Amino acid sequence: MNDMRKIERDVKMTDTKITARNVNVHYGDTHAIKDVNVDIADKTVTAFIGPSGCGKSTFLRCLNRMNDTIDVCRVQGDIRIDGKDIHDKSVDPVQLRAHVGMVFQKPNPFPKSIYDNIAYGPRIHGLAKSKAELDEIVEKALRRGAIWDEVKDRLTQSGTGLSGGQQQRLCIARAIATEPDILLMDEPCSALDPIATAQVEELIDELHRDYSVIIVTHSMQQAARVSQKTAFFHLGNLVEFGDTDQIFTDPKDPRTESYITGRIG
Amino acid sequence: MTLLAFLILFCAVMIGYMLNLRAARAIRAGGTRLHSLDGFHGGFSALVTLVPTFFIILFWMMFQGTVIQSLVKAGLPAGTLEGLGTGEVQLIMSEIRSIAGGRIFGTPEDWKLEAADRLVSLRATSSILLVVVTVIMTAVLILLSRKTVAAEFRARQGVEKIILSLMIGCATVAIFVTVGIVGSLMFETYRFFEMVPIADFLFGTTWEPQIPIREDQIAAEGAFGMVPVFLGTLVIATIAMIIATPIGLFSAIYLHEFASDRARAYIKPLLEILAGVPTVVYGFFAILVIAPAIRSFGTDLGLPIAPNTALAAGVVMGIMLVPFISSFADDALAAVPHSLRDGSLALGATQAETISKVLFPAAIPGIVGGILLAVSRAIGETMIVVMAAGLIAKMTINPLDSVTTVTVQIVTLLIGDTAFDSPKTLAAFALGMVLFLMTLVINIFALRIVRKYREIYD
Repeated sequence: MNDMRKIERDVKMTDTKITARNVNVHYGDTHAIKDVNVDIADKTVTAFIGPSGCGKSTFLRCLNRMNDTIDVCRVQGDIRIDGKDIHDKSVDPVQLRAHVGMVFQKPNPFPKSIYDNIAYGPRIHGLAKSKAELDEIVEKALRRGAIWDEVKDRLTQSGTGLSGGQQQRLCIARAIATEPDILLMDEPCSALDPIATAQVEELIDELHRDYSVIIVTHSMQQAARVSQKTAFFHLGNLVEFGDTDQIFTDPKDPRTESYITGRIG
Repeated sequence: MTLLAFLILFCAVMIGYMLNLRAARAIRAGGTRLHSLDGFHGGFSALVTLVPTFFIILFWMMFQGTVIQSLVKAGLPAGTLEGLGTGEVQLIMSEIRSIAGGRIFGTPEDWKLEAADRLVSLRATSSILLVVVTVIMTAVLILLSRKTVAAEFRARQGVEKIILSLMIGCATVAIFVTVGIVGSLMFETYRFFEMVPIADFLFGTTWEPQIPIREDQIAAEGAFGMVPVFLGTLVIATIAMIIATPIGLFSAIYLHEFASDRARAYIKPLLEILAGVPTVVYGFFAILVIAPAIRSFGTDLGLPIAPNTALAAGVVMGIMLVPFISSFADDALAAVPHSLRDGSLALGATQAETISKVLFPAAIPGIVGGILLAVSRAIGETMIVVMAAGLIAKMTINPLDSVTTVTVQIVTLLIGDTAFDSPKTLAAFALGMVLFLMTLVINIFALRIVRKYREIYD
């Protein structure tokens, strides 16, 4: 079983999902991201690590053009998903975001019922033709979010009434419901307790078989646990990018080594 | 002389402060640690002197007139006031007061001149007495508080207690005033209902508060049915809300979600100016601009339109309420966490979908609270309707007709010569009472909604 997965992964690793070339981001006068080049593989968990303010979240938000919603933020450079330039005039950021799901640091369920939280995306994108179909989508998303068993009897209750960990899995399920192929996670466990963190990490491990998952994390242990690829950001630069094993055992750059051994950051 | 009393008080406060401050410093210089800082010892003396003396002077000023008058009255020759009504006694007393003030009309009787002399001398005595009392009180209080200065005396707690009780006093002023207002309203309303049956007032459909002049007049009884008056208020308030709610909400949504910083920097202050326009000016706007415009528009269409339409008053009132609703909605939208907006956008929702499906529902309790507060303002608004609405109560909900409102009727009932024992005047209090109860209920309801909503997002 393990061997099969390994083979499968190796095959998939050759597919590049996202390519970024010479990406620069400015927040007003601050140069937040400096000439970042990276290729992100499909059906893989890629972790972005680095000290606070190093630009890893900013870079993540470039990938679904969430930085467009910030007035002072300017993004330059070439980002392609499946070979298509996401800054091309023909690309609608709204459509892009339906394909590139995002989960935030703080669980942010809408003050609606659990059902409506999940159904929100499918409804606005018209994914379901009937109520029955929508029910099916909701159930599938909640199952994939590993929260179905906990909430199946109270779908009409408010999503804000769940515990922090449940809320975060609800948010992941909500992101999955719009059937994205990429899932961006911005420190998804930083507001959660260790047990909820373990559940979410398990979920991430499940998800990478179908999605390309990119996770920003503060915790190096978490990056080591869940990711296959790791990118280390420092002061807006992408310092090092490679297999997670290699980054943690044999970092090439002295800055990476300092960070993972706890000397900087 | 009152000024002199205040001056003495001021000096006494200063002296007391300095005395205690120095005494405290002297103890400290002697090497003893004081419980409280020097300033608190000084402040304790100042407050102990200031507060009681200040209130004594205040009460003196409030009651010396009454006391002196009753003394003068008692000193009048026996039998002069016998058999006279309260009005006539008051007349005599005010004549005596004018003589004392040097305004003599005609040739007053001797006993009146005498009384006036006594009034003058009593007033002089009172002033001197006030100064003497002030001096004695401040001196005693300064000495008493000077004695308290000691290493272990808790001057800070003393000062804090006095200030705390002053704050409690200030806070209760509002409550007492409200109770007083409601009390007087209730009293007059009760007198009204002694003359007019309460059912006639609440359910009557004719409002003709004119006092009968001839026996055979149609309105000989005077009709006090509040229904048409309240109907008028409701018509105008409804029109105002129909205008104000969408404009206010959409302007808030635009400003909060779409406007660039530059646009916001110009539009927000303009809206605030709108909120600061006096309602009299809105009244001008209603009569001079809106009403003629509606009229000429109606004549073009061949509609019969009254010169004082409910529509004109309602529209202008609506404009007045726009900034009110807009700022409430703006606050409500701003209180929705930014993460919800991000969450929705990240799911591929457009900005419009985000606003209508996430932000707006989340903000709706705050918005509803704001709208309800605006409704109670619309119901209680007076100046615009006094100027722009009509005076005659009609049972109509036609916005192109002239209607009157509760507030307009209260104003007209109380303007001019009024007698406080006729149902015409007392009707104003009954109307005011109902209006007060209505806005009270709406406000309580609105504030409850707003509070509930705050609990969710803080």
